[in-house]
Parts: sequence; C-alpha cells; structure tokens
Amino acid sequence: MVLGNDASSSSLSNKNLSVLVVDDDPLIRMLHDNYLKHFGLKPLVVENGKEAVDLFQLGTSFDLILMDKEMPIMNGVEATKALRDMGATSMIVGVTSRGSPSEMQAFMEAGLDFCFEKPLTFDMIDFILKELNVNDDDDTNN
Amino acid sequence: MDRNRLQHQAASMRRSLFDQGYLDEPFIQLEELQDDASPNFVQEIVTLFYTDSARLIQNIEHALNSRPIDFDKLDDYMHQFKGSSSSIGAKMVTNECTVFREYCSAENAEGCIRSFQQVKQDYAILRRKLEVYLQMVRQAAVSQKA
Repeated sequence: MVLGNDASSSSLSNKNLSVLVVDDDPLIRMLHDNYLKHFGLKPLVVENGKEAVDLFQLGTSFDLILMDKEMPIMNGVEATKALRDMGATSMIVGVTSRGSPSEMQAFMEAGLDFCFEKPLTFDMIDFILKELNVNDDDDTNN
Repeated sequence: MDRNRLQHQAASMRRSLFDQGYLDEPFIQLEELQDDASPNFVQEIVTLFYTDSARLIQNIEHALNSRPIDFDKLDDYMHQFKGSSSSIGAKMVTNECTVFREYCSAENAEGCIRSFQQVKQDYAILRRKLEVYLQMVRQAAVSQKA
C-alpha cells in the first residue's frame, strides 16, 4: 500500500488509536462515532464528563478524547480539568456549539489541545489525526 | 417510473435543497458516510434529528409560555436545537436559531416569540422537503435493484 500525503486519513495508520467521544446529545454521539469510523477508528462513546473521568479512574486511557462543552452532571470544562489534574496525557479536543472567542478560550484554558466549533468536519478530523500521528512519531523518535 | 428519471428527480430535489439554503455542507458529509455497511445512515440521523427537534420545540414552547420567562433556560434549549440543526446541515433552521438567541440575550420576549415562529416554520418546511427527497432516493434505489 502506498501512503500519500493524507496518511493521517489512512485506516492503516489510525487503527491502533484509542478514541473517546463525550457528548450528551445522541445525535452528535452517533454522528461523531460514524465520522471517526470513516477514518478507520473504533471510538468508545459516553454521555457526560463524569463517565469520561470514571473511565480514566478505572485505568482506561485514550489517545484522543472529543469533549463536548455543555453536558449535564459534569460538563466539558470540569471534565477536562479533572482529567488533566489526574495526569491524563490524551489529546483532548473540545467540540462546542458555543462559538464565541471568550467561551472557547475558557474551554481551552481547562486543558484542551484544540477546540472546534460544531459541527465537526472531515477536514477537522483529518487535522486532529495528523497532529496525533505527528505526536506519536515524536514519541517514537525520542 | 424508470430508474433514470427517479434518480434525476432526486438529484434535482437535492440541488434545490442546497440552492434554496435549506441545507449546507454537513449534510454532504452525512451522505458520504452512507455506504453498504450503513445503507440507511442518512435516514437514521435525520430521524434522530426529528426526535431531538420535537423534544426541544416542546421545551421551548413551554418555556415561552411560562411567566416570568426564564431566558437562560430558553437560551439553553435553543443552543441545543442550534447544535443539532447545524450538525446535520440544516442551514436555514440554524440561522434562525441564532436570531432567536440574540433576542434571548436581550431578554426580548416579543422578538423570541416571533423568531420561534420562524424557527418552527423553517423546521416544518425542511422536514417536509427532506421526507420527500429521502423517499425519492429510496424509490430510486429500489428501482435500481429491480
């Protein structure tokens, strides 16, 4: 197989990445789940920030977490802070429909690596996976 | 009706949904996710959208009829509606949700009520057109297999 410039979107390079989708909206969960499967990933999907934190406390780790901002029980800001405080090194990408610069800044300051406005697009996912694969290469070379 | 004509009709309907501003890019992504493994993906997502929308419209109506109006709660519901609308590419509905939220932010009850009527109208039209379009797509697919 020849990998072109879009290696990040190759199923072959993505299949070992572990991904968690955190969103309280069933429509968004289904959408993001299928978007990620389109890129060869098999995401785990949970409904709120507390479930994400609970998974981490049980010892589960993820390469990538897609974190919604507004959720009941524990929102994305709280969950991101909690995960970083517990030492999570996952790439955490905020996904929010609240797009004002101040709201996204507040979410970023909780410990996100990136923040995107909903809806996610294939280009955004491609960018995220490129960043993940670059980080993975850096870790291998160090 | 023969397959080519059905496909042509479906394509024409699809084009008009985009040209008239009812749909935009995210809907194209939904279509790209539909394949042999998920042959009804678009219909499933759209059905979820209808369910989500019905619940949120009811919540918004209830909140608008309450006195005093809780504008924070209203904004929260409309934020959710805007989120799911934009995620499936329901452009016209999404834009009107934004207008509503501006009235909400200004605590303008009359503006919210007017805007909400427009949201419901845009949503009802979109739903009707999508149902017709997806039925055409299904008929064309069935005709192809025959």
